[in-house]
Amino acid sequence: MSPSRWLAVIVSVAVLAVGVAACGSSGSGGSGELSGQIAGAGSSAQEAAQEAWIANFESENSGVTVSYDPVGSGGGREQFIAGGTAFGGSDAPLSTEENELDKATKRCKGQGGELIQIPDYISPIAVVYNLSGVEELQLAPETLAKIFNQEITSWNDKAIAADNPGVELPDTRITPVNRSDESGTTENFVDYLAKVEPSIWTYEVSGDWPVKGGEAAQGTSGVVEAVNAGDGAIGYADASQAGELGIAKIKVGSEYVEPSSEAAAKILEESPEDKELSQGKYVFAFELDRKTEASGTYPIVLVSSLMACTSYGSADEAAIVKAYLEYAISAEGQEAAAENAGSAPLSAALTEKIEPAIEAIEG
Amino acid sequence: MEPADATGVSPLAAAGPRRRFGDRVFSNLAVAAGVTILGLLGGVALFLLIESLPAVSASPAQLPGGKSLVDYIAPLAFGTVLAATIAVLIAVPLAVAVALFISHIAPRRVVLVLGFLVDLLAAIPSIVYGLWGIFVLGPAAVPVLEWLEQKLGFIVFFKGPASATGRTMLVASLVLAVMVLPIVSAVCREVFSQTPRKLQEGALALGATRWEMIRMTVLPFGKSSIISGSMLGLGRALGETMAVTIILSVSGIVSFNLISQANPSTIAANIALDFPESSGLAVNTLIASGLVLFAITLVTNLAARAIISRQNIQ
Repeated sequence: MSPSRWLAVIVSVAVLAVGVAACGSSGSGGSGELSGQIAGAGSSAQEAAQEAWIANFESENSGVTVSYDPVGSGGGREQFIAGGTAFGGSDAPLSTEENELDKATKRCKGQGGELIQIPDYISPIAVVYNLSGVEELQLAPETLAKIFNQEITSWNDKAIAADNPGVELPDTRITPVNRSDESGTTENFVDYLAKVEPSIWTYEVSGDWPVKGGEAAQGTSGVVEAVNAGDGAIGYADASQAGELGIAKIKVGSEYVEPSSEAAAKILEESPEDKELSQGKYVFAFELDRKTEASGTYPIVLVSSLMACTSYGSADEAAIVKAYLEYAISAEGQEAAAENAGSAPLSAALTEKIEPAIEAIEG
Repeated sequence: MEPADATGVSPLAAAGPRRRFGDRVFSNLAVAAGVTILGLLGGVALFLLIESLPAVSASPAQLPGGKSLVDYIAPLAFGTVLAATIAVLIAVPLAVAVALFISHIAPRRVVLVLGFLVDLLAAIPSIVYGLWGIFVLGPAAVPVLEWLEQKLGFIVFFKGPASATGRTMLVASLVLAVMVLPIVSAVCREVFSQTPRKLQEGALALGATRWEMIRMTVLPFGKSSIISGSMLGLGRALGETMAVTIILSVSGIVSFNLISQANPSTIAANIALDFPESSGLAVNTLIASGLVLFAITLVTNLAARAIISRQNIQ
């Protein structure tokens, strides 16, 4: 190449560089004063909702990067306590059993603030079934518990017939399907059975399915696929993932209720706070009233929470966390989650109750 | 030579062979590579040991399941060995047949294509095998499982009741067998084709048929490679995670029933399933089960070595 050609190349590179730099500065200066990045980790149930929030939040605040790693609730609590993440998501409130609540409080104290734990994600859990010729199915809690502990083994059992007057039930064998991985969905489903039918469901409540001998599948998608594949199969899955499968109506009080956003969100209004687990001004843990008989309430729900602190090492970080959480529980944020994840938006009363926690963040 | 003997070092040896720069670099690199492997293996073993200690010393009530560590791991170890054993039992005869076909029977043009295709089986990611298992093989197997229950239900393996979804131990083992097949057949193929021509031609000259020739020369010559290939395959099957995790309907029980919806889980699948939502002692328990899997694989490989070296001496 001749010297003049070299010069041309250098000049054009310089022009390009200036151009790019100009674009960059106008981009970050254009909207909002927030800039930086925060990371969160936890519940995989919240993954779709978090994705929606992150996408919308980042497009509003171009200088901000938020990441959420769906490692699972246990991992989310662990990472939050260790200080590895700015916020965390968990399907179960921080417990006193393994001192998680104390440790998390201590982490926030270390940063000169207080612990925040607020519900941000409510998802109804549907009882899905695949039974050829049966379009609608109603189940009383007692029948449901007996199906899943394998006491009732055939679809034409008297108990199921009693719940479904006028429906012709085939003599297909029942294949109960449960999650093979440890999950918050299982924990909430089992918790419901244990609370409502303690004499039938005598197992310990945990994220591991307690009854041996049933069909087991990995993840919500695995359960849905297994129920799809087997005639006579019945399982439980996030209502938004049920797809084409039949959804059973569950008896609450004197009526049979289908899982819906409104019916699921209503349960938190009916439920008292868990005194033992709500230690701290901004820590909200609810003791779900699964036994409610209130009309139009669907008691099989999963409630997932966000964990954060009121103070962070840098004011920038605190400001981003504050803005992000504000958006997540806002009406628009909850609407985005409902669209993307099929969750039930928080009720206005609940939002009002938890808002002060986010306002307390020193951003 | 006399004076050299007195010091015990010959003049030549004392000077040593002239080592070039390249030789030294190569020898150091080779030593470093060897040491790294040892270090890695030792590091993994050490990690497993240290991390599983809390689970060993914890009281049974604190462990997942609320029973002792042995009660927790034993059904998993059983499931692991059962699935891998069935897979190898299915895969090895098939793999030997494929290897023989490629090395001795098929025309040259077919050999190239077939050899390539078998190797390609090994390149498919295990999660794809898993998806194939639940979407295709499982549902397709349901009528077969029902037939097995009806006709062979008196055998403990086929006692039933047959699964409605096909996600059973038998189907999982079949998928494992497909995954193991390319490894076993590659090892066998290599050795079968090295059978001395003299032996093969001698057998044929004595009037042996092709099958008799293979039985008398190729198979005895390749015996140790069949064993070592099987053991390699067994190792792969023992540790396979994703496919089993997706396919198998696990129940944490001990059962030889291969066609029902209740199956024992495997160690690797159980770790994959439970780790994401585990914390504290539950993680240590999972790692302890990993240590057991490490030990099982180690013993399998040592056994393979022992068998092969004895074979070679004979």
